[in-house]
Formats: sequence, C-alpha cells, structure tokens
Amino acid sequence: MIRKAHTFLSFRSTSWSARRLQAWLSVASVALLLLLFAIGALWAAGQPIVTALTLRNLPPSAAYWFGTDWLGRDMLIRTLQGLQLSLQVGLAAGIMSAAIATLLGVLAASGKWADRVVSWLIDLFLSMPHLVLLILISFILGGGVQGVLFGVALTHWPSLARVIRAETLQLRQAEFIQVSRRMGNNWLWIGWHHMLPHLLPQLLVGTLLIIPHAILHEAGVTFLGMGLSAQQPAIGIILAESMRYLSTGMWWLALFPGLSLLIIVRCFDRLGHTLQRWTDPHRARN
Amino acid sequence: MAVIRQLVPWALAQCVKLLLLLAAVSVASFGLMELSPIDPVQAYIGADMMRVSAEQREAIAAYWGLDQPPIEQFGRWLTSLLQGDMGTSMIYRTPVTEVLAEKFTASMWLMGTAWLLSGLLGFGAGVLAAMKEGSWLDRVIQWVCYTLASTPSFWLAIMLLLAFSVWLGWLPVGLGTPAGVLREEVSIADRLHHMILPVLTLSVVGISAIALHTREKLIEVLHSDYVLYARAQGERGLLLVWRHGLRNIALPAVSLQFASFSELFGGAVLAEQVFAYPGLGQATVEAGLRGDVPLLLGIVLFSTVFVFCGNMTADMLYRILDPRTREVKA
Repeated sequence: MIRKAHTFLSFRSTSWSARRLQAWLSVASVALLLLLFAIGALWAAGQPIVTALTLRNLPPSAAYWFGTDWLGRDMLIRTLQGLQLSLQVGLAAGIMSAAIATLLGVLAASGKWADRVVSWLIDLFLSMPHLVLLILISFILGGGVQGVLFGVALTHWPSLARVIRAETLQLRQAEFIQVSRRMGNNWLWIGWHHMLPHLLPQLLVGTLLIIPHAILHEAGVTFLGMGLSAQQPAIGIILAESMRYLSTGMWWLALFPGLSLLIIVRCFDRLGHTLQRWTDPHRARN
Repeated sequence: MAVIRQLVPWALAQCVKLLLLLAAVSVASFGLMELSPIDPVQAYIGADMMRVSAEQREAIAAYWGLDQPPIEQFGRWLTSLLQGDMGTSMIYRTPVTEVLAEKFTASMWLMGTAWLLSGLLGFGAGVLAAMKEGSWLDRVIQWVCYTLASTPSFWLAIMLLLAFSVWLGWLPVGLGTPAGVLREEVSIADRLHHMILPVLTLSVVGISAIALHTREKLIEVLHSDYVLYARAQGERGLLLVWRHGLRNIALPAVSLQFASFSELFGGAVLAEQVFAYPGLGQATVEAGLRGDVPLLLGIVLFSTVFVFCGNMTADMLYRILDPRTREVKA
C-alpha cells in the first residue's frame, strides 16, 4: 500500500511533462485527422458526382476506395461531401445551442425570478426524449435544413446553460467582482472585463462537447427522413439509401460512410475532452 | 414509517410537477403545431391530393374539426384529453390511446430487455475497469465506451444487420414477426427471434454512459481514506470492492440507469426504424413523416410521462435507500 501511495504521488509530480506531451500528441493526432478530412472535403467539393452506369455496384478498389453505388457514383466523393454537409449543420447548430445556453445561463444568474423561469425551461426541454423533441420541432418547422438546424440547436443547450449559470453565480460572489462593484463599475463592464475571461474556457469546451451530439442527432433525424432533403448528399441520406441494398450484399455503401462519421464525431469529442482537462484543474489529475 | 411520512408530500409535489409539465408541453406543442406550415388535411390525403376536390377537402377539415379557430380546437382536444380520449390517429384510423397501448407493449419488451442488459453489462465493465485502473483492460474498456458514445446508433444497427442477417443469415432482417403469418399463429419464439438484433443494438448503445460513470465513481471510492484503511487491514481484490465499493456505487448507477429513459426512447426510435420493428419509435417516425398530428401529440405526452417516471424513480430510490438524503427533523 505504501508503495502504491508513493507511486500515486510521484505520478502526480514527476510525469507532468510526460502527460502534457501525451495530451499534445492526442490533440495533434486529432488535428491531423481533421486536416486530412478538410483536404479531402476540399478535393471532393470540386469533384462532380457523375453517374456512370457501366461502373455500377463496384466493391472498394484502388480506383474507388469506398466503392460505387447502384448509379455508379463514387462513394468516396459522396461520403466526403456528405460529411462536410453534416459537419456544417452540426457546427452551426452546436454554436447556436451554445449561444442560447450562454444567454439563458447568464440570465438565470441575474435574479431569482429569472432563475426560476430558466430552470423551468430547462426542465421542460429535458422532460421529453431528445429525439422526440427533435422530430416535433423539425415537423413544426416543416422539415428541411432549417427544421434540423433549429431542432438540434433548441435541444442541446440545457446542460451547458446549467454550467454557465453555476459559474456565473459563483463569480458574482467572488471577492474581486465584489471589489470591482464597490469601485463603481457597472455589471456590463464587470461582465466584459472580469467574467467573460472566466467563462470563455467553459464556453469553448461546452460548445466543443455539444458538437458531436449535434452532428449525431442531425444524422439521426436525417436518417429517419425528417432532416435534410433526399437530394442532398448528407450521411443520414446515404445510410438510409444503403438500407435498400443491404440484402444484396453491398456492405460498402453503409460501412464506410458511417465509419467516417464515427471518426469525425470521435475527433470532436476527443478535442472537447482534452480541452476540458486543460481548462479544469480538478480534472487535470485524471 | 418515517420514510413513508416523508415520501407522501414529496409524491404529491411530484404529481403537481407532472401535471404542470404536461399542461406546458401540451399547450406549447399544440400551439406550435398550429403555426406549422404543414396542412393536416393535405397530410391526411397524401398522394391523392389531385383527385380530391375543394368541397371534399372542406368536408375532411370539418370532420376533423380543422375548420374551427385554433383556440376552439385546443379546447376540444383538451376536454377530450381529460376524459381519456386523445383523438383518432390519422394513419392507423384507430384511437390514439389504442395505438399507444399496442405500440408501447411491443416497445416495452424491447426497451426493458435492452435497459436491463445494458445496465448489467455497463456496470460490470465499469467495475472491472476501475479495479484494474491504468491497465490495458481499463484502457480498452474506456476506448470502447468513448467510441460507442460517438457511434451513430442507427449505423451500428445497420452493421449488426449486415453481420448477422445478411452474412451469417442467423437472424431475420426485420419486422416484429415473420412475414405472411397470421398474428394468432406467431409464436413467442418467433417474436424473440425478431427481437434479438434490436435489443442488441439498444443495449450496446446504452452501455457507455453507465460504464464510464461506474468506473469514475469506483475509482473515487478506491482512492478514499476508508478503503485505504481497509487495505491496511489486509482486505484485497473482489472482497474489498464487494464490501466497500459496491454499496457506494450501486445506488448512483441504478439511478443513472433510471434517468436514462430519455436516451433509451431515442435509441428505440432509431433501432426500430432500422429493423422495421413495429413499436412506438416507428410510430413516432410515421406520425412525424406523414403529419399525423393527434398521434404525434399523443406520443409527445406519453414520452414525457415515460421520461418523468424514470427520473422520479431515480429520485425516489435515493430517498428510500440512502439514509443520508433523509431529512432529519430536530
């Protein structure tokens, strides 16, 4: 046991740099993957999707890495374009969600009544399954891009709003804020100069952690047929279409697009968690 | 006795909370549906739009009460709702309550089994990872959990379908029952056979959260002073975890599992869609796609109650089982 306690302590003190290096490596590998994807997406964006009926249903090969579909379209190009689209929607919705969370979180910290209203709103939004709420919102907005975008944005803010609220409440009690207040600064000034720098890391991490969920939910709703329209090469659409060809053994139609989505989502998740560890000293130990 | 006396006011408060919640959800969703650009009459008629005259359309609107002002429609819907009538589903042409009951029974087996399986597997994996903290096993379990959390569940369902139904041919491709067989003739074995893949998908999806949570909690406990003391007295391994660990982590884990009803329902929607399993999830998608407003409203209210029950159970378990959360009256 003593040996264990000893290693535990030394683990904390000496291997700091090693752990930091590990964190850097993790971020670097994620960044490299995302960069590769960005290059791929740029390349794919310039490629027209050609239907070539002579090249139908080809399994993956050196010329067509992800194979071709029933119209002879190159699945690699479709997948990359689809990922780009899913990513755009996911990012936009995630950022919108973070904006709502910040607004309501700060509002909740500003007074008792505002706090009650915001808490109740959070309860309301968490009261039904995410996906049902998403379907409801996208149905109400008439489907399409705006349906998914607002649906995802309106369903992912509660957890971050809670974090921002708690953080702001804590900051308001802090001595340096109180001192600044006594010195005659108004809340707007204090908010900008003292609170924002403290909230920013939380916000950044929170947004990064929302994005993977946003992307997955966008893909899910699109897969169900309620999101992006069938003409767009979204990953959800590609996977929904692939369902029709599964029984004929065309596995590549489903495997690669889904796997690519998984990797991209995992990248964002990893990035978020690594940054969280950097900004939060309590978690830095783990 | 004291526990029960404390539970009664709490239960009453929960009931009031649920009623308020349902009122808010119904007003909000009904109101928003009115603002929706989707025309329920058109959604009802569907592809036959060209063949239906304006008079017929009006007759349909009058039949469903769609020609009246929204407030009046809401009033009618609410009064019948309070009498237990949720209206008639436009796609199934039967009362919404019947559709909900039938579909939920099918989904309940699916969700229940998956819930139990994912809870047990996740808890086991979490305990294992925490006991071997830092080892390759811990790393593998963590890696799998984080990867699962980033996996689109419907894609996972498709992969399982490919592996077990298309390649290996062990399991049926979909549907709740074999095709072309009368409902009365479907055996329980058939039903189970058709449930395996959806249940598998849903369980795998649910493992990650509970495993990671359990791992973190158990590690916290294992680093505590009382475990240090127990270790100093010579306790080790499984017995140590059994005596000092599980008691402390079981309750939060069970509560978390109860609080995950929302995710469970969402997962069921996607899994049922892939496997064409005739449950509540598929009904949700159908209602959304085909504009069946009464059914969609019914499902929204039902799923709200469902999630609420899960959260309430989680809360109640703490109140009953954990002596620390009991209020002490001096």
